[in-house]
Amino acid sequence: MQKSLHIDPEKCTGCLQCEMACSYENEGVFNPSKSRIKVFTFHDEGRFVPYTCTQCDEAWCMQACPVDAIVLNFVTGAKYILNDRCVGCKVCTIACPFGTVNYNTSTGKVIKCDLCGGDPKCAEACPTGAITYIDANATGLERMRMWAAKTDTQASTHA
Amino acid sequence: MAWTKKILRVNLTDGVISAEPLNMEWAQQYLGQRGLATRYFVEEVDAQVGALSPDNKFIMATGPLTGTMASTGGRYSCITKSPLTGTIACSNSGGFFGAEMKNAGWDMIILEGKSPTPVYLYVENDQARLIPAEDLWGKSVWATDEEIHKKHQDPQIRIACVGRAAESGNLFAAVVNDLHRAAGRSGVGTVLASKNVKAVALRGTRGVGNIKDMKRFMDATFEHKKVLAANAVTGAGLPTYGTQVLMNVINELGALPTRNMREVRFEGAHSVSGEAMHEPRASDGKKNLTRNGGCFGCTIACGRISSVDRTHFSVKDKPQYWGNSGGLEYEAAWALGPDTGVDDLDALTYVNFLCNEDGIDPISFGATVAAAMELFEDGVITTEQTGGIELKFGSAEALVKIAELTARGEGFGKEIGLGSKRLCEKYGRPELSMTVKGQEFPAYDPRGIQGMGLTYATSNRGACHLRSYTVSSEVLGIPVKTDPLATDGKPELVIAFQDATAAVDSSGLCIFSTFAWSLDNIAPQIDAACEGDWSVEKCAEVGARIWQLERDFNMRAGLTAADDTLPKRLLKDAANVGPAEGKVCDLGAMLPKYYELRGWTTEGQLTPETRQRYGLPS
Amino acid sequence: MNYVIIGTGPAGVVAAETLRQRESTAAITLIGDEPEPPYSRMAIPYHLIGDIAEEGTHLRKAPAHFERERIQCIQQHVSNIQVDNHQLTLADGSQLGFDKLLLATGSRAVRPPIPGMDLPGVTNCWTLADARRIIAKANAGDDVILMGAGFIGCIILEALAKRGVNLTVVEMENRMVPRMMDEQSGGLLKRWCEQQGVRVLTSTKVKAVSVAGEKLYVELETQPAMQVDLLICATGVKPNIELAKGWLQTRHGILVNRRLQTNHPDIFAAGDVAEGRDFSTGDYSVQAIQPTAVEHGFIAATNMSGGHYLHQGSVNMNVLDTMGLISASFGLWQGVENGESATLNDPEHYRYINLQFKGERLVGANTLGMTQHIGALRGLIQNRTRLGKWKDYLMDNPSRFMEAYLQQRVA
Ligand SMILES: Cc1cc2nc3c(=O)[nH]c(=O)nc-3n(C[C@H](O)[C@H](O)[C@H](O)COP(=O)(O)OP(=O)(O)OC[C@H]3O[C@@H](n4cnc5c(N)ncnc54)[C@H](O)[C@@H]3O)c2cc1C
Ligand code: SF4
Ligand code: SF4
Repeated sequence: MQKSLHIDPEKCTGCLQCEMACSYENEGVFNPSKSRIKVFTFHDEGRFVPYTCTQCDEAWCMQACPVDAIVLNFVTGAKYILNDRCVGCKVCTIACPFGTVNYNTSTGKVIKCDLCGGDPKCAEACPTGAITYIDANATGLERMRMWAAKTDTQASTHA
Repeated sequence: MAWTKKILRVNLTDGVISAEPLNMEWAQQYLGQRGLATRYFVEEVDAQVGALSPDNKFIMATGPLTGTMASTGGRYSCITKSPLTGTIACSNSGGFFGAEMKNAGWDMIILEGKSPTPVYLYVENDQARLIPAEDLWGKSVWATDEEIHKKHQDPQIRIACVGRAAESGNLFAAVVNDLHRAAGRSGVGTVLASKNVKAVALRGTRGVGNIKDMKRFMDATFEHKKVLAANAVTGAGLPTYGTQVLMNVINELGALPTRNMREVRFEGAHSVSGEAMHEPRASDGKKNLTRNGGCFGCTIACGRISSVDRTHFSVKDKPQYWGNSGGLEYEAAWALGPDTGVDDLDALTYVNFLCNEDGIDPISFGATVAAAMELFEDGVITTEQTGGIELKFGSAEALVKIAELTARGEGFGKEIGLGSKRLCEKYGRPELSMTVKGQEFPAYDPRGIQGMGLTYATSNRGACHLRSYTVSSEVLGIPVKTDPLATDGKPELVIAFQDATAAVDSSGLCIFSTFAWSLDNIAPQIDAACEGDWSVEKCAEVGARIWQLERDFNMRAGLTAADDTLPKRLLKDAANVGPAEGKVCDLGAMLPKYYELRGWTTEGQLTPETRQRYGLPS
Repeated sequence: MNYVIIGTGPAGVVAAETLRQRESTAAITLIGDEPEPPYSRMAIPYHLIGDIAEEGTHLRKAPAHFERERIQCIQQHVSNIQVDNHQLTLADGSQLGFDKLLLATGSRAVRPPIPGMDLPGVTNCWTLADARRIIAKANAGDDVILMGAGFIGCIILEALAKRGVNLTVVEMENRMVPRMMDEQSGGLLKRWCEQQGVRVLTSTKVKAVSVAGEKLYVELETQPAMQVDLLICATGVKPNIELAKGWLQTRHGILVNRRLQTNHPDIFAAGDVAEGRDFSTGDYSVQAIQPTAVEHGFIAATNMSGGHYLHQGSVNMNVLDTMGLISASFGLWQGVENGESATLNDPEHYRYINLQFKGERLVGANTLGMTQHIGALRGLIQNRTRLGKWKDYLMDNPSRFMEAYLQQRVA
């Protein structure tokens, strides 16, 4: 059964442990600016919203990449970047309508969530259970798919 | 390691900005943040300097664990000479600013001199520049924050700045970062404004590394996060009620200073307690508390995010205050509430917003208002001085009006901005000022918690609970329960707390972690991160060295043993109710022993042996 | 079913793969006339810099990818098609039949009618063959003119600068990337390039080119003439519609409906050659960008193989890295009638953002110096998100677009 990241903003306190865990896993240092998951603060509303790639079915980023540098992990369902192929053209960063692929100016390549190969460190680090990694058929994915559907502007009628 | 080993030095007078290596020998002796910055400060600044003179310096400093995955590792401190107390000032703040400084690659920023015109410092990794801020001068903290974000078109910038209070010379103005986190005490904001610096804005994308043993560090931080989660205070009490968990507890104990410390119990305590913040209000069914929020890296998340009832008189016509912002912490709630006799939670929350919006210390503000209320009730000041405000104990309207004036530095608010000591002296009633070394008391009455009396009297930055929080032991039983009414053993207790606190304040961690953590939990995290050997003993020794260094600075600044005392009210007027009924604070029973244990002369000076023992600069 | 696709760019390749996914037994033939495996033009600049070898530009990396997908590849030019009897003729004279045909022939670079544009020292930068010419002729110390500072020109500008040539950019319009960036940001881009040591001549035309010994002699309007080793022409492209002429309706490109179908029911068109629907305007036009080519390829193939997929239109968008300064444009960045716009401009630090609104919806954007979450601008435009109170927030501070976007999803 494929799993997915389930995010519950209600539980988030905005501590950024997830951002540190993510950047440590991927960059070897604590560097929220390079985290694949980002917590957004809605100050007036008093809300913290962690946000990252939903590994959407459309995989806009993967489709748009001109050099096949974004590939699908069949086990986890993650779309991940092959660093030695990525040329840093950034087309994926404008193609992803969720804004979850980002250009990393220090490497000249892009970064996005790859579910840490099936053991996401953000979920492990989250002290409040706001981020969990759970079965894809549980509510989490459904909700994320709904988000994705809102952006699926093409489909009027599929056959 | 864990230090970035780099300092950013900004000469405001001539606009020269330079980078320099961190003195690693000092880092081994003083760790970071509070300790290390103080070491730099005493080296570079004459203790006799006028706090608002260009010769005073202003240091923003992180600790080695700031910006790391260690829980609560998001702190930084502002170190300078205080205009309020004339002592060393060291105000600690959370939020996200400190971690951003580390991410930009700096352990410390030293601001010196005075800019000829208003500026703000913008630092993006190794690029730093002073940017004209004429357009920001006269703006609140919140407006400044918004403008700077807009100017740089970057929502991720972290900003610390001063508001209108600091600009107007308010002596207890704070430096506020991330909109509602403050280096609040001792007027550090006043100093920053005196240098014509409106804000420091940071953007760091380099990451915090340099960890001595990364695997051990990750294991240690993971292990000790579990300790915080399992602890009743840090795992449940603080997340749910914040520090406001204390309001009812301290009131029960008869140690809740009320109406300028005339009384020790407040009949309205419940209405302004952490519990009350959870009760749905009549108008819209919402609670005062929206949620708890964390500072950078903090797994406790004691921060309050609150809103004011839109129908409340204070904000009825002011939609800009209808959103959420930083809510009441215990000390602020006490100063604005019990100490002024006001039991209106919405008024307190609104005033707390104002304190953040324009950068004033709510403790000093509330306590000064309390003193002014007593002056008013005694007829020493009248509506003539207050500009028509009926400044009576218990009046939420008066509190709100005074807060608006003080935040903006207008009218009678300017007099409140003098702080309670100068205000009471001005009107010839110095005994009504509840201060030590010119700084207002926080929320624990030393008649009911004797150790806090010694804490206040000896605190290196004037009355303060955050220099040795013996409430932990005397009230909560952490790490061991001691009798709050006893004086025996308190000198030892206070010293242990003072030293441990100085070490924690120098590490980048938050003092609230120590509800669950002792140095036994903290030292291993420092040791895994930092080069050198950081045993529990070394941490305690570093803490003691820092204490001595601060003390030494204060003595050279001209303070004497006579300043290590408490207002007469606490020494002579007995508590009227509660467990401490009939008691005063018996400071005399504790102070001589304390001097002796510290290695000071009876005049409170460091002996040559003490100086040598800690290797203090001569 | 027998599918034939002409053109091995991204539109053609994605179409072929989509057909295979939808029909495991169909015959699929992919014909292209360039002497290389299917590759991506977009990757050429990175090859010029030396970041990747030629193979790095290939659209698919797995060896024998097309064989494995049972897609038959033919490397030949298609001379003409006979729509009536579903046949086409290859350059070697052989004939090929099809049930359904996709024209994904892309576009080609054109040269303006100026004397000397056919000299050997003049090249385009459109194909791998062009790239080889540039690599041979544009090296450290060589004098090079880049004609045209449009999107493609700007993209190769960095590569040329990195190759260490003495570069002069000549653009006849008054700013850089006039079809992607507004005046303010285009102006900033120019200043940026100049600061990086590139000479940029806007509002300048090349009058004539001739041979001067080993060098080219380039006459300019309003500027002194120059002698250079290489002149790269990036002044524009034109859709390859020759095959369609006489059979299918064409304008600038081949006309298609929302299914990417031409006026002949069995023939579809996709990519740079097709006048597909523009999301923002609802009009049909050639966008000539990679993401649109991919979208077209997918939708055309779906409809060719019995699906019914209506194209909502592609959002016109670009991202450009000009020697480290990153710019992006989305949708109707020029704005709309009776629309509103919000701008933040920090020219000193090369940061700029402009959002264009129609009512409470975002319809276009230009950014300079931004790299984080910019895809959300596409999301906001493409979802036709009602911004509500966030419209006001964005009018005040347009850089908060990611929050505006997120607010809609989780509120
Ligand atoms: C240097 C450069 C940089 C670019 N950068 C970007 C960028 O950053 N972002 C972006 O969105 N776009 C960019 N583009 C544009 C992008 O490459 C095109 O939009 C895209 O290639 C279009 O794909 P296509 O499949 O429609 O056509 P093409 O990729 O042009 O493929 C068409 C193929 O069909 C072949 N063909 C044509 N006629 C025949 C025939 N009669 N017989 C056989 N074969 C034929 C052609 O030779 C060609 O191989 C760039 C282009 C270039 C040249
Ligand atoms: S990065 Fe964006 S487009 Fe790519 S898989 Fe994730 S959500 Fe989809
Ligand atoms: S930036 Fe890298 S991963 Fe993204 S589209 Fe370009 S080559 Fe592919």
